[in-house]
Amino acid sequence: MTTMAAATAGGRTARPRPATMAQALGRALRDSMAEDPTVHVLGEDVGTLGGVFRVTDGLAKEFGDDRCTDTPLAEAGILGAAVGMAMYGLRPVVEMQFDAFAYPAFEQLASHVAKMRNRTGGAMPLPITVRVPYGGGIGGVEHHSDSSEAYYMATPGLHVVTPATVEDAYGLLRASIASDDPVVFLEPKRLYWSKSDWSPEEPAPVEPIGRAAVRRPGRSATLITYGPSLPVCLEAAEAATAEGWDLEVVDLRSLVPFDDETVTASVRRTGRAVVVHESSGFGGPGGEIAARVTERCFHHLEAPVLRVAGFDIPYPPPMQEKHHLPGVDRVLDAVARLQWEAGS
Amino acid sequence: MTVQELPGAPAHRPTPPPAWKPLTDPAPLLPDPEPYRVLGTDAAADADPELLLRLYAELVRGRRYNAQATALTKQGRLAVYPSSTGQEACEVAAALVLEERDWLFPSYRDTLAAVARGLDPVEALTLLRGDRHTGYDPREHRIAPLCTPLATQLPHAVGLAHAARLKGDDVVALAMVGDGGTSEGDFHEALNFAAVWRAPVVFLVQNNGFAISVPLAKQTAAPSLAHKAVGYGMPGRLVDGNDAAAVHEVLAEAVARARRGEGPTLVEAVTYRMDAHTNADDATRYRGDAEVEVWREHDPILLLERELTGRGLLDEEAVGTVREAAERMAAGLRDQMNADPVLDPMDLFSHVFEEQTGQLREQAAMLRDELEAGQEPHGGGAEDAR
Ligand SMILES: Cc1ncc(C[n+]2csc(CCOP(=O)(O)OP(=O)(O)O)c2C)c(N)n1
Repeated sequence: MTTMAAATAGGRTARPRPATMAQALGRALRDSMAEDPTVHVLGEDVGTLGGVFRVTDGLAKEFGDDRCTDTPLAEAGILGAAVGMAMYGLRPVVEMQFDAFAYPAFEQLASHVAKMRNRTGGAMPLPITVRVPYGGGIGGVEHHSDSSEAYYMATPGLHVVTPATVEDAYGLLRASIASDDPVVFLEPKRLYWSKSDWSPEEPAPVEPIGRAAVRRPGRSATLITYGPSLPVCLEAAEAATAEGWDLEVVDLRSLVPFDDETVTASVRRTGRAVVVHESSGFGGPGGEIAARVTERCFHHLEAPVLRVAGFDIPYPPPMQEKHHLPGVDRVLDAVARLQWEAGS
Repeated sequence: MTVQELPGAPAHRPTPPPAWKPLTDPAPLLPDPEPYRVLGTDAAADADPELLLRLYAELVRGRRYNAQATALTKQGRLAVYPSSTGQEACEVAAALVLEERDWLFPSYRDTLAAVARGLDPVEALTLLRGDRHTGYDPREHRIAPLCTPLATQLPHAVGLAHAARLKGDDVVALAMVGDGGTSEGDFHEALNFAAVWRAPVVFLVQNNGFAISVPLAKQTAAPSLAHKAVGYGMPGRLVDGNDAAAVHEVLAEAVARARRGEGPTLVEAVTYRMDAHTNADDATRYRGDAEVEVWREHDPILLLERELTGRGLLDEEAVGTVREAAERMAAGLRDQMNADPVLDPMDLFSHVFEEQTGQLREQAAMLRDELEAGQEPHGGGAEDAR
């Protein structure tokens, strides 16, 4: 078995820095496959083409068609087959080409992937990773910008993970593939080309999934966010300093399991919180998060927990998406409303 | 030792289980092994000259449309364009074969079929420009919204055709799908429903060789996609998808059959995608130029032009007239697409429900305030978004 150090010493990694998130994800797949022969990648266009976002580039060449497989075009079939593969001891990593094209596979996900461990009394866990590019902001036409995380979060039995940084893309994907539980791994499309000086030669230690990260320490309020909205929140936090706000930014990284500890500690410290995400607000992740925070921090809160989310509308056409996606101004407006006083 | 081998035991004669009899005779459902062709064969003599000329004009216009739309992507006027260059014969025949009362169910690649059916060239492009999801009223044109999730429009076509028949209308639905789309569960379910209900539907599979990068051989192990029909109990027909006359004839038969109440047909048109999957795709990663070159000799426009010229139905002047008309269409399209569409952000809330919910009214008010305050809309945070 190749160790991570050996795998990276092969010279194949001599790639100009900085690395993009898409490259880090590809590297995570590659290293996982090199270390563990039971890891198989399958999906539409993942082989010769290397995926439409090029995340799987080079895997078929390096590991062969049996390890990185172009499947027929059928999402239910892909995930259903992955269930069988996992039942027989493989560790499939499935690529869904776009958020809205994963819906045909939802039956497999909800009825089988999420339930297999439970319905077999623990006898049959399914170590499947389902990679789903998600979210908007890239000018995609209809059905190419959905934020589907709430569906997955509402399905007990699934881990739901979403990186916001290049380093996390690598670490969290490694951890997800290594996990014996099924993971829906949501990749924020508009961060695929975000860069960092992260180097595959010195990959960050792989942390277990389920830990949030404080991306910016602050004292006066907490912005709770994840995935594509992290850069928005960091920018808002910088801008808010002009108004005298010292905002803490917490990146959840994992929606299930949810890191109550980090979030609670932060909000107790700051006394105020805004949840920010681009998926629609009603029935969205923010409601659950706000409720949890309120339950745990009620006596520490100086204001209600607010949500900044996408509108409750079907994802708009690309020329209109800028109005839908919560940007810095909306976050700052919410922060201003945190100066809440009873009765106001 | 088995029972039959017991000395003196009566010979065992296998009989089918009591309730079993074949539901359908498969033989008449099977496609011919060779794609049906008209142009350049004896069958061409029977083809209606008027129809051929009409097909020709639409092919040339369609080719020009594809080129113009592709150029518009380069100028940033379209978010994306999946070209149907090389596949115009299928697009045009599908549109021309239908009566006005019939319905077309196109996939995302079938803009041209919608335009050939009479849809305004700009209205047909709003989805791909990015200002509206569907820039036309499907009921007015009897064209379902261009459908991006693969094969999901096929059950809709079945349901619509079924409903029309229940109402006593002799309406036919023609649904288009790519070779890749035939692998989806929805394809299977649609065909099965259509056959069981004897719904007046025609399924047109444009087998253009690839689903993005995946070649047909990785998509199916069936002898042909048309063979799939037999398993559902409907006829499968294989046709040369670059032969506009042949595609039209085969589709016309299928439409007539559906209209007579004899149920659905699956038509596989063998064609080729000359351009990349979309302007965002790099086709050199999965296919070589030589393969593409072979298909140039089998270009749908070339095939029809040869036939028409050979029969003295087309001369240089007529070709010139057709090309000029296509140029005019392209110029109009260019001009209209070069103007920024006028969009009202408040429309985001207009068509979610018949009546806006209180929640949406609140959100609309918030956006209105933002717009009035002149806040820069900020979809924020995209680093290096391409
Ligand atoms: C359900 C679904 N899965 C994946 C996609 C992404 N996708 C768009 S086009 C395409 C290939 C389609 O190939 P084919 O059906 O042969 O049609 P063609 O593009 O060749 O016309 C894929 C995989 C999609 N649109 N819908």
